Amino acid sequence: MSVLVYIESENGKFKKASFESASYAKGVADQLGTSVTAVTINSEENESLSTYGVSKVLNVKSDKLSKFNANAYADVISQATKSEDAKIVVLGQTANDKYLAPLVAINLEAGYASNVVALPESTSPFTVKRNAFTNKAFNFTTINSDVKIIGVAKNAYGLKENETSITVEDFNPTLDESDFTIHVESVDKATDKVTIADAEIVVSAGRGLKGPENWEMIENLAETLGAATACSKPVSDMGWRPHSEHVGQTGKPVAANLYIAIGISGAIQHLAGINASKYKVVINNDAEAPFFKAADYGIVGDAFEIVPKLNEKLKEFKANNA
Amino acid sequence: MKILVCISHVPDTTSKINFTEGDTKFDTNGVQFVINPNDEFGLTRAMWFKEKQGASVDVVNVGGPETEPTLRKALAIGADNAIRVNTVAKDGFQVAQELAKVAQDGSYDLVIAGRESIDYNGGMVPGMLAKLMKANFVNTCVGLEVDGDKATAIREIDGGKETLTTNLPLVIGGQKGLVEESDLKIPNMRGIMMARKKPLNVVEPVGAQEKTSADKFEKPAPKGDVKLIDKDNLDELINLLHNEAKTI
Repeated sequence: MSVLVYIESENGKFKKASFESASYAKGVADQLGTSVTAVTINSEENESLSTYGVSKVLNVKSDKLSKFNANAYADVISQATKSEDAKIVVLGQTANDKYLAPLVAINLEAGYASNVVALPESTSPFTVKRNAFTNKAFNFTTINSDVKIIGVAKNAYGLKENETSITVEDFNPTLDESDFTIHVESVDKATDKVTIADAEIVVSAGRGLKGPENWEMIENLAETLGAATACSKPVSDMGWRPHSEHVGQTGKPVAANLYIAIGISGAIQHLAGINASKYKVVINNDAEAPFFKAADYGIVGDAFEIVPKLNEKLKEFKANNA
Repeated sequence: MKILVCISHVPDTTSKINFTEGDTKFDTNGVQFVINPNDEFGLTRAMWFKEKQGASVDVVNVGGPETEPTLRKALAIGADNAIRVNTVAKDGFQVAQELAKVAQDGSYDLVIAGRESIDYNGGMVPGMLAKLMKANFVNTCVGLEVDGDKATAIREIDGGKETLTTNLPLVIGGQKGLVEESDLKIPNMRGIMMARKKPLNVVEPVGAQEKTSADKFEKPAPKGDVKLIDKDNLDELINLLHNEAKTI
């Protein structure tokens, strides 16, 4: 009857989002008076989950699962859920988690609530608070099925340390050949860049930059901060920056600790997309830009003057605080 | 190739979101409804398959009669037939089961849905539908080619893309990238006139049960005033980010 959490790893290593899922699962387990069991696939650092309250790990080792495969991974999670007789299944909201969760829901005939931002309001009935209307509102959803699946939004519940003694067991799922009908031909992933999904800080720029040739100062600032770069919708539509950087209602949501918007006026769709970020800074020469109403800190002025200066000062700050 | 495009009927992206009846219902007053943007990228890609590869394109929505103008718009863009499953959409699980019946009855080769609707953001219907249909499934799909019964799909992953190959039948959860923003079609007068004559079939639901209920809504707490910092005093910004926000 433990709470089951799926912990994603990449090349054997966990990510911050994985520990957030574990922290959340522990929170739910405490509410229900039970413990947390994690299921991991080809992970090499299972013991580290003890820091976030996991008591037991079901670790799957399989060469067949060395590449992500949504159906096969969903089967692993479903079988682990049954083997533990778990009623609550927790996942994160990475691209892979979002791919998997609906498949697990059908396997287990379970209700699924995505983008969950807080521990259940109540456990009977089982009601969770989630983002809806692309961060323009919250929605309280009650899950009525026997098994319940929760997708925890990034950077919402956060990391909670809770040292627990841990046991790691091998878990041998039954894999079905029919799960392996989608083949990964190639992966194109920049390994030297911080991604928007993982970033603590995102530096984003808009039409105010006047042209793609002016992005160097944005990239420099992002590098100083260890941040990901992003952009507004017009900028990606005009082809100044790739679609993968487009932030907003039809682009990517950003749930970073700090979002710095440079030369972005703040259309309602853009503001919705970044609403889940904790702190927002706006730099814009138009004091009437709507972004100032959504930001925590604002500077009215010319980005071409401010951004390089800010970058120099931040470098100095980083050097003094290293 | 027979294509089914799943269409959600959602508030326009510029809508102000309000609730009524004690914050239990979305307030549709003064709201313009549109084809869910993620679905519209998919519909436009389907039109490309129609023009280049002779595919037929049907569109489907699970919802009441109020969603018909949105289906008519999809017909005006160029879809051949529309289907409305005549029931209130309650949750992703129920909608996926209703769609699975339509998809099976129509023996579609390719089902295109948006990765999520921009209202409830459930992000579950495409995957659930694929599982119910026992079809292959690619989520966050930003590129799709079909050759015979083979498909090549590009999936957006965190921090990059991957290229996948698979076979039909296939369900995708699509988004921007399937086509460009500039490829989206605004229906012309001829399209609108033709759409009036195209079939919009209303079918009765199988009566699938939901697993979740959306009980109540809440708007985010109003934001405090912005702290303005003089452009010649950037040290203050760094100080605030370090000591107050604790983000650097």
